[in-house]
Amino acid sequence: MSASAPARSPFATNWGARVGWLVLLVYVVYATSTLDFTWRRFVDGMEHAQVFLGRMFPPNFENWDAILKGMKESLEIAVLASFTGILLSLPIGLLAARNLMPGWVSWTARGVIALARAFHPVIVAIIFVKAIGFGAIAGVMALIVASIGFIAKLFAEAIEEISLKQVEAVRATGAGFMNVIFFGVLPQVLARFIGFSTYQFDSNVRNSTMVGIVGAGGIGAPLFVAFQRFDYDVVAAILIAIIAVVFIAEVVSTRIQRIFSA
Amino acid sequence: MTEAAIEQRQPGSAVRREWRRFTPGQRLARFAVYLGIAAAVVLSLQTIEIIPEFLYDAPEQMRDLFERMWPIDFAYYPQGVHGAMMETLHIATLGTIGSVVLALPLGLLAARNVTPVPLVNYLAKLLLVASRSVNSLVWALLFIAIFGPGALAGTLAITFRSIGFVGKLFGEACEEANRGSIEALTAAGAPWLSVLRYGYWPQVKPAFWALVLLRWDINVRESSVLGLVGAGGIGVALNTAMNLFQWERVAVVLLAIFTVVIIAEVIVTQIRKRVL
Repeated sequence: MSASAPARSPFATNWGARVGWLVLLVYVVYATSTLDFTWRRFVDGMEHAQVFLGRMFPPNFENWDAILKGMKESLEIAVLASFTGILLSLPIGLLAARNLMPGWVSWTARGVIALARAFHPVIVAIIFVKAIGFGAIAGVMALIVASIGFIAKLFAEAIEEISLKQVEAVRATGAGFMNVIFFGVLPQVLARFIGFSTYQFDSNVRNSTMVGIVGAGGIGAPLFVAFQRFDYDVVAAILIAIIAVVFIAEVVSTRIQRIFSA
Repeated sequence: MTEAAIEQRQPGSAVRREWRRFTPGQRLARFAVYLGIAAAVVLSLQTIEIIPEFLYDAPEQMRDLFERMWPIDFAYYPQGVHGAMMETLHIATLGTIGSVVLALPLGLLAARNVTPVPLVNYLAKLLLVASRSVNSLVWALLFIAIFGPGALAGTLAITFRSIGFVGKLFGEACEEANRGSIEALTAAGAPWLSVLRYGYWPQVKPAFWALVLLRWDINVRESSVLGLVGAGGIGVALNTAMNLFQWERVAVVLLAIFTVVIIAEVIVTQIRKRVL
């Protein structure tokens, strides 16, 4: 087979990519200069880091009952927020699917989801603390909003990727709307939906430890207080507890996913 | 996918088979999960502290909050918000870039086919899990205690938090790479760096760019709250305005955050459409 055109080198230099890397490098240098990094700060920081790490160990588990109470509250917030958030994301995600719903319905639902996603859960928690008062309820509401933002968006995208042949087949049998959803749409997306839900449960367990910093309940408040009082060994104890709980939650989520993906 | 459990009635006579979708073991496991979820929800509802007075005047409080936020103080934007917003974007971008630089080697170490040493895999995965479990706010607090308040602590917090995410997904993408071209390169005698560059990289490139863009999007949102604990960015402006009860300024800060997040999402979607 004779080549009519000159053979292309398989690893030709991609000038577009090279320019891109150069622009990135220039940006990094520029941004670093605006952010006030000096070598002096780094060196000072290393000394502080030594003192800091020295104070963190050994971790101080004296107030273990207070830590346990805080972690329990964080877990309660996570469980309730995940449960309600998952339940609410099902209809909202369905309403946001462009291939199933008329235009104005899907765009409104997408707007709601974008609003729910835009703000970090801590910011949403601040607003709920102002509106509903301190305590775990504000944390639950904030994480419900965050869960809806995540799960409903991915659920809507998953629904838009399904094959419409099955939906048409179910509709041709004369099924009503709910039956079309249950037997035509849901079987195709349920596996991915369970994946998103378990991922969001993980994320909620992690976020529930933080909403306490702004007063929305959980272990965040004791953590922040310990920081401000320079009790770094208590901070270390709380961090260990948080990492342990997050790890266990991840293991549980993976098991649930495996049980339901069969 | 699902295993069918087939039961036979009296053997030897007319065989009656009953098809069940799940084996008894699977049914038990699924029932256990349902029971566990129900128990967890009920327990949480019982022990969570709800103060009824707060719930009763919640609608009025929300109305009061929105009334205080109106009219939105747009004049505050140039002096107080714009610089902080730019700082937030720099924190997010530099943090993402830094995390990619640090996460690439960790991800390669955690991939079973790149590094066939199980102990190294396990250690790398442990580091990645630890980086993910600690929330970025906690990382920010740690770095503020070390480096002092400001954008440096915030950037390092974003960097260390993202290492876990980028490293885990990058390692998984490497593990799913097609072995064919890798074997061909190794058979031709290529050094391991060339195998990585020409064997793995072309295959993981789409997944890599997708997850870097996703992480950048998430980091823009995370950077906006770091200032609440003093690590620089728009969170500082938000915290100040809230502490001074200047709700109109709070409104303009929230609006700025919302706009930037939407713009970042649009940028990410456009890049994904063109490049991937």
